[in-house]
Amino acid sequence: MKVHLKVWRQRSAGDPGKIVNYDVADASPDMSFLELLDVLNEQLVLAGEDPVAFDHDCREGICGACSMVIDGQPHGPEKATTTCQLHLRHFRDGDTITIEPFRAGAFPVIKDLVVDRGAFDRIIQAGGYISAPTGAAPDAHATPVPKDHADRAFTAAACIGCGACVAACPNGSASLFLGAKITHLGELPQGQPERDSRVTAMVAQHDAEGFGGCTNTGECAVACPKEIPLDVISQLNRDYLAARKARRRSA
Amino acid sequence: MSYLDYTVGAPVVDRAAPDGPIETRWERRRFGVKLVNPANKRKMHIIVVGTGLAGGSAAATLAELGYRVSSFCYQDSPRRAHSIAAQGGINAAKNYRNDGDSVYRLFYDTVKGGDFRARESNVHRLAEISRQIIDQCVAQGVPFAREYGGLLDNRSFGGAQVSRTFYARGQTGQQLLLGAYQALERQIDAGGVTMYPRHEMLELIVVDGHARGIVARDLITGEIRSHLGDAVVLATGGYGNVFYLSTNAKGCNVTANWRAHRKGAYFANPCYTQIHPTCIPVSGEHQSKLTLMSESLRNDGRVWVPERKGDDRNPNDIPEGERDYFLERQYPAFGNLVPRDIASRAAKNVCDDGRGVGPGGLGVYLDFAEVIARLGRPAVAAKYGNLFQMYQRITGEDPYQVPMRIYPAVHYTMGGLWVDYDLQSTVPGLFVIGEANFSDHGANRLGASALMQGLADGYFVLPNTIGEYLATNGHIQVDQDAPEVKQAEADVAERIDTLLSIGGERTVDSFHRELGHIMWEHCGMERTDAGLRKALDRIPELRNEFWENVRIPGTGVELNQSLERAGRVADFLELGELLCLDALHRTESCGGHFRAESQTPEGEAARDDASFTYAAAWEYTGRGTAPILHKEDLVFEHVTPSQRSYK
Amino acid sequence: MPSVLLKYVMAVTGAIMLLYLVLHMIGNLKIFFGPEALDGYSEWLRTLLEPALPRTGMLWIVRVVLAVSVVAHIVAAIVLARRARAARPVRYAHRQPVQGSYAARTMRWGGVIIALFVVYHLLDLTAGTLNPNGVPGAVYDNVAADFAPSHWYATLAYVIAVVTVGFHVRHGVWSALQTIGLSNAATQHALKTFALVFAVLLTAGFLAVPFAVTFGLV
Repeated sequence: MKVHLKVWRQRSAGDPGKIVNYDVADASPDMSFLELLDVLNEQLVLAGEDPVAFDHDCREGICGACSMVIDGQPHGPEKATTTCQLHLRHFRDGDTITIEPFRAGAFPVIKDLVVDRGAFDRIIQAGGYISAPTGAAPDAHATPVPKDHADRAFTAAACIGCGACVAACPNGSASLFLGAKITHLGELPQGQPERDSRVTAMVAQHDAEGFGGCTNTGECAVACPKEIPLDVISQLNRDYLAARKARRRSA
Repeated sequence: MSYLDYTVGAPVVDRAAPDGPIETRWERRRFGVKLVNPANKRKMHIIVVGTGLAGGSAAATLAELGYRVSSFCYQDSPRRAHSIAAQGGINAAKNYRNDGDSVYRLFYDTVKGGDFRARESNVHRLAEISRQIIDQCVAQGVPFAREYGGLLDNRSFGGAQVSRTFYARGQTGQQLLLGAYQALERQIDAGGVTMYPRHEMLELIVVDGHARGIVARDLITGEIRSHLGDAVVLATGGYGNVFYLSTNAKGCNVTANWRAHRKGAYFANPCYTQIHPTCIPVSGEHQSKLTLMSESLRNDGRVWVPERKGDDRNPNDIPEGERDYFLERQYPAFGNLVPRDIASRAAKNVCDDGRGVGPGGLGVYLDFAEVIARLGRPAVAAKYGNLFQMYQRITGEDPYQVPMRIYPAVHYTMGGLWVDYDLQSTVPGLFVIGEANFSDHGANRLGASALMQGLADGYFVLPNTIGEYLATNGHIQVDQDAPEVKQAEADVAERIDTLLSIGGERTVDSFHRELGHIMWEHCGMERTDAGLRKALDRIPELRNEFWENVRIPGTGVELNQSLERAGRVADFLELGELLCLDALHRTESCGGHFRAESQTPEGEAARDDASFTYAAAWEYTGRGTAPILHKEDLVFEHVTPSQRSYK
Repeated sequence: MPSVLLKYVMAVTGAIMLLYLVLHMIGNLKIFFGPEALDGYSEWLRTLLEPALPRTGMLWIVRVVLAVSVVAHIVAAIVLARRARAARPVRYAHRQPVQGSYAARTMRWGGVIIALFVVYHLLDLTAGTLNPNGVPGAVYDNVAADFAPSHWYATLAYVIAVVTVGFHVRHGVWSALQTIGLSNAATQHALKTFALVFAVLLTAGFLAVPFAVTFGLV
C-alpha cells in the first residue's frame, strides 16, 4: 500500500520546525507504524537526507518510549494501542497521515518527533514511591491486601509514563499520570504512611513543571494506551483535599 | 593467523568463591567481605550503567548505603529499560503453596535447567535471595496478583512442577522495574544518585589495571565526556540483538560490554543464547522486532500442528484426530511445559518437517479452545486477557476464536562478561550484574528466573560484595586529565569521526539485518560445524564492508540516531564472530546451544561432560584476531549432572 | 495556588451559584400562578427574615455571596485557562477532540457568554434600565414586556444564554463531582447521567417563562 505522510520536522529545540511531506510507496498492511517510519528513514538516508528522529524502544507497547500524535491522536486512532503496536491495516491505501510530536510546554521538542519527558521523572522523584530501603522489608505475607484493592492498584500501576494523556489534554495537564501513581500507591497498605505527603509533593511538582489543570474532559483516558480510568483523577483530588485537611489538623 | 586458531590460556579462577557447606556459603561470604566505613562511603563514587532491574535496583541500594552514585541509561528515562517487557513472573522459593518447594529445590531446578553449566554456589545464593526479593518488592508497592484472601497468588511456570512464580498479570517485569525505578527516583531526589538519561557509555576507562570510569556520549548534544569513580558497574543487559530480530528492545546492545571486553574483561559463554518458543511469527521483510507471548500461555494452551504436511485448512476445521500435539506426545511428563530450548527445537523440527502453519510455514498453533471450554472465557480473559489483546493487535486475529500462531525467537542471552562470585569481572573494579554477566543460568535459563537474577544481583548481592573491593582499595581520586582518560575520550571521538566520514552506500540497518540473517541461519536454534565456519567467513567480510560502505547522515554534535545505531552494530559485528567461534569450539550440545553433531538417538541435546564441564571465558586480543580461551572448570558437588529428561 | 485547589474553588463556587439558579428557577415559575404570585414572591424576597434583618437584608447577603462566588469562579477560571495556554505553547496542526463533549469544550467561551448575559440580565430585570417597562417591583409586567413577540431579540438573547448555561452546568456538575473526589469507577456513569438530567431540567425550567410569554400562554 501507498501512504502520504506529513511529518513534523524540527532540527533542534530552537528551530521553529514545519510539516514536511513524504511518500512511502511500498508499505505493507502488516507493518507497524514505526516500521513504516523505518522504511521512510531508509529511503531518506539513501537519498542523502536526514532521517526522522523518533523515540522508540521495546516496540511491544510497554516501555512507553514511542510518542507521536498521528492524525491528531496520541498513538493514533486505535483504542488502547501504542504507536509501536499500531498496524497499517488500520489505514487505507492512499491515506494521508499527519505525524506530530506530543505537544506540551513541559515536553519540549528535542528534535523532530522526540520530546523531553523528564518532567514525569521529576514528578515521581517528588514522592511517587514507597520508602522501603533494601533489606527493611517484612515477609511478603505479613500484610494481606484485599484482592479488589490489589486489582485497582494494578490497574493504575499499568501506566507506562508515555505522556499521551498530556498530549491529548486540551489543558496540557498530567493529571491522569499523576492520579495513576497516587491511586496505585494509595490503594496499598504499604503506601499509607506517605499518602498525604506524596500527593501534596507530587501535585506541587506537577504544577511547577508547567502542566495545566484538569477540566475533566476525559480526553486523557481515551488516549491512554493502557486504559487508565478517569476515576484516578477523582482519587487524586480526594487524596489532595484529605491531605490538606490532615495538615491543618496537625498544624 | 586465522580467527579460528584461538589459543588456550591459563584457567580463570574465581577467587571470591567460598567453599564449605553450600547452604552457608553466601552467609559466610557476606561475613568475609570487608566493610566500608560510613564516612568513606560518602566519598566513594560508583558508576552504574543501565537502569533495568539489576542496574536500577543496584543504583538505588548503593545510594541507600551512602555511596555517591552516577546512573546512566540510553533511554529518555530509567523507567524504560527493557526489563519492563518481561511478562510472566518471578520465581521465589517461598513455598507458600506447601507443594514441596524449597531453596534447595529451586537451586536444584535451576542447575538442572541450566544443563549443568552454571556455578552451584551462585545458583544456591540466587535461590536463597529469591525469597527476600518478593518481600522487598511487596514493601515497595509492587502490585502482585493476589487471591481473594489477600495473599499472594502463585503459578507454575515453564520447566517447574511447583507453583513458585509470583506475577502481576502479564506485566511482572514492568511492575518490578517500576518498583526499582521508584526507589531510584527517591534516591535521585535525596541527592544520592545523579541521573544521566539519554547517555550512552562508549568506552571503559582503565587506570593502572583498575576500572575507574566510563566515557559517555550525551545523545542529545553529542558531547563526549568521561565520568570517573571508584568502581564501575555494568548492568547493560543481553546481546540478543546480534540476531537483529529478537524480543529485545530496539536499543538493546552489547556496546558497553564489548568496550569492557576490549579493555580486558573476559566474555564468557557467548554461544549460550536462549530461543523462546512462544513468539509471534515474522510477518514480512519489514519486521523490526519480534514480540514474545509469555510462556505462561503454555500452562493452558496446547501446542499442535496438523498431522499431514501442507495441511492448510482453517485450524478449527482440522479434527482432533488429525492434529499432532507434539509436545504432549514426545514429553508426556511435562507436556506443553517442557523447558524453552526443548519446546523451541521441537517446533523447529515439525516446521522443518513441512508441517508448520502460517506464512512461510514457520509457525505452530497454541490453542486455547480446551481451556476456554473448561473454565469459560471470563476466567481465561482474567488470566491472559492482555496477552490475547496484544496478539490480536499485532496479527489481527482473535485467539478466543482461532488458535494463536507461534514460532521461536531469540529472547535472552545466558552468556556475558565473566564475573567471580562477587560479580567482579577480570578487570578489578568492574562489576557486571543482571543479564550482562554470565553467571547464574548456565546454558539455559528457566522461565521467571531472569527477573529473579537481576534483582538478586542489584538489591542484595552487589551492594554487599562491592564493599570488599572498595574497602581493600580505598578511595583514590583519578585526575580528569590522566593520560588514560584523555586517550579513552580521544578513542571515542575518533571512532565517531571515522563512522561519520565513511559516506558509503548502505544504511546501518541493512548491515544489521544481514548480520542477523547470518547469525540466525548458522548460529540459531541448531548449529553445525559447516554452518558456523560459513558464518565465521561471512562476518569479517560484512564487517569490512561496514567500515567501508556504511552511510551515516548528520553530524556527531546533535541527536543522531543513525550514528547511535552504527556504533552498536559495529560492536555486534565483532561479538557475532566471537559468538560463532564459541559455538564452534563447544562441540557438545547443552541448553540453548544445540550442535547437530551432538545429539542422542532420539534427537535430544547430548552433553559432553568429560570435555566441556567448564565456562569458556574469552580474552580479547584485537579486532578479528584469534582470542584466548580461559576455562573455568565447573564442579558439581550437589547436583549430579545427568541427561535432562522431561519425558 | 495548585491547580487542584483552583479546581476546588471552581467546584464550590459553582455549586453555590447552582443552588442559587435552582431557587431562581423555582421563583420564576411563579409566573404561571399569575401576576400577584410573582410580584408577591419578589416582595417576599425583600422582606425575608425581617425584622431580624432590615428590608432587603437577606437579598443583599445573597447578592454578596453570589458576587464573591462569581468573582472567585472567574478568577480561578482565568488562572487555569492561562496555565492551560502556557502548557501548550505550540498547537497541533491537526487535532480533533475525540472524547470531550461539546459542553466540556465550550466551558470557557460559554462562561464568557454567560458572564456578559448576566450583566445585561441585571440591567434588564433587576435594575430595569434596559427593560421596555422597567417599573421596580412590577416583575410580572417587566417580564411580560421583555419577552413580548415584538421584543424578540431579548427573548433570543435569553434563550441563547439559558442554553449556554445548560451546557455549562452539564459539564460543570460532572466536573465538580469529579473535582471534589466523589466519582469513582462505579458511580462515574450515574454521575454523568445525573449532570445531564439536572442540566436539562434547569434549562427547561428557565426556558418555560420566556416561551410562555412569547406564545401568550401567561
